[in-house]
Order: sequence, then C-alpha cells, then structure tokens
Amino acid sequence: MGMSREEIFSRVKETLVEALGVDEDEVVGSATLTGDLGAESIDFLDIVFRLEKAFNIKIPRGELFPENILNNPSFVNEKKLTNEGLAELRTRMPHADLSEFEANPEVDRIAELFTVDAIVRYVEGKAT
Amino acid sequence: MRWIWIDRFTKFEPGKSAQAVKNVSMAEEHLHDHFPGYPVMPASLIIEGVAQTAGVLICQASNFNEKVVLAKISSVEFEGIALPGDTLLYSVEIEKINEQFAVAGGKVSIISAHDKGGNAAPKPLASMELMFSHLDQNMAGRKFPDGNFILTEAVSSLLREILPNGGQKPTSNSSG
Repeated sequence: MGMSREEIFSRVKETLVEALGVDEDEVVGSATLTGDLGAESIDFLDIVFRLEKAFNIKIPRGELFPENILNNPSFVNEKKLTNEGLAELRTRMPHADLSEFEANPEVDRIAELFTVDAIVRYVEGKAT
Repeated sequence: MRWIWIDRFTKFEPGKSAQAVKNVSMAEEHLHDHFPGYPVMPASLIIEGVAQTAGVLICQASNFNEKVVLAKISSVEFEGIALPGDTLLYSVEIEKINEQFAVAGGKVSIISAHDKGGNAAPKPLASMELMFSHLDQNMAGRKFPDGNFILTEAVSSLLREILPNGGQKPTSNSSG
C-alpha cells in the first residue's frame, strides 16, 4: 500500500479528532484513548468505523480492541492477568506495547494499552 | 404528551433511507417557554426528530428485533431556526449498519410558512451524523423490558401509512 508512518499517523489523528472531538495537538503517540482523549465504549465503535473508511480496510470485531479477555477466568486472577492471560494478550494485540503493562498487569490498567501509537501500528500491519 | 417528534413518513426505503415531516405548531406547550414571547423550535427536538426518523429506519432493518437507541451525536450544524407554521423535512440515510451499531446521516430542510403558497423549494436548515447502538448486542446479560419500545402505537400508525404490513416482515412468531 505504501503509506508512510507519518501519513498513517496524520490520518489516524484526523479520525480521532472527528470521533472524539479533541484538539489536534492532544493526539500524540503516547496518548491513551480513554485516559487522555476521553473515549467511551461507543466511541470505540465509532473509531473502528472511521478507520475502516479512512484506510479502506476491514477491521473484524475484537481485532483492534480485543474483547473476551477480562471475562475469561483462566486469564484473570485477583484483578491481575495470569501468565496465560498475558500470553493471550500478546497474541491478540501485537500492535500494543506491553512492556510497561507486564511489570504490573492489573486489569484496571488494560485501558492504558489503547494508545494512538497502538492504532498506528495496527494500521501499518494491515497495510502490508 | 407523546414523545414523537415526526408527523408523517414521506419516504421509506427499508435498510437505506427515509424522509419524514414535522410541523411546528403553536399548540406545542414547550414553545411558550422557548422562549416566552418568541416561540422557536428547540434544536434539540429537531435532532430528536431526525434521530427518531433514523432510529425507526434502523430498527425496521432488523424487523424490530433489535432495541435501537441513539448513542452519540457525532456532529451537528445548524444554519437557522424553525418557527411555528414551518414544516421541517428530515432526510436520513444509513451509512453503516451491523449487529452492534449503526451510523446515519441526517439533513433537515425547512419550508417556511410564508413560502407554502409560493412553491419555494425547501431551504437547508441543518445536517448531522448520528450513531445508534443495538442494545441487546452491546449489553448482553442485562435485563430489558419485554417487547420493543421503538414500535409504539404512534410509530406503528406512521409506518402503516407508508409501508405494506407496517414495515414488519411476516415471520412465524412475529409479535407487537
């Protein structure tokens, strides 16, 4: 497809500004969707829809934002991900940076994985 | 008072688009508070009317099996106001629909009272993008009242005028 990372980032930024009503300068690579950009669950659906349109790709349900990890008892124990859970997360989210999360894999911190960079890496992966 | 902000469907293409009209009337209570001495149709109720037009279209697409609710107003722009005696045209188109949600674009145009005799073309008033959620698919396990709250008596009467069988596809166990 041949889009550079800058081009992808720029289009992802536009998408997030449209979907979340944030200012352009708030959309930096490390910004988290829920924490920094104020996204709610309905916004996640909106983001997926707009990314599909912007990049002409298909995003199957659960591929960009994995579901069914937190409600699986073999993946979670006492509000932390088990090793099995972490392995599952690694498989399902190759586009996320798990290094900081793995140090303290608390369930409440999972939202921190959904960053602008993670979306950019996901789109890059789809384009090749 | 019934919470129905459209008066008639003028077009209904199942799964694709619909158009409805809303007449703004001095007999509507809220106009006398909005504003005292200067009745203006509230923009929020115009948006509600567009959302109802789109919501019924989207709900009919699942044969009224999904509970459709307005989840997000993605964008809306107004370029004027609507007054008693005006007729508003709400035109909606489904942009995307799947089991979890639907997106619809809506346009509002206005036929002003003093134009009605003079055959003036409708003037644009507003445009918007709306997101709807299919409740059952997004909140699995939570309990909702039985039956479909979108297909009220009032909505059924509007659909009967424009669609054969009131928009319901015959099924072996249809209800409502």
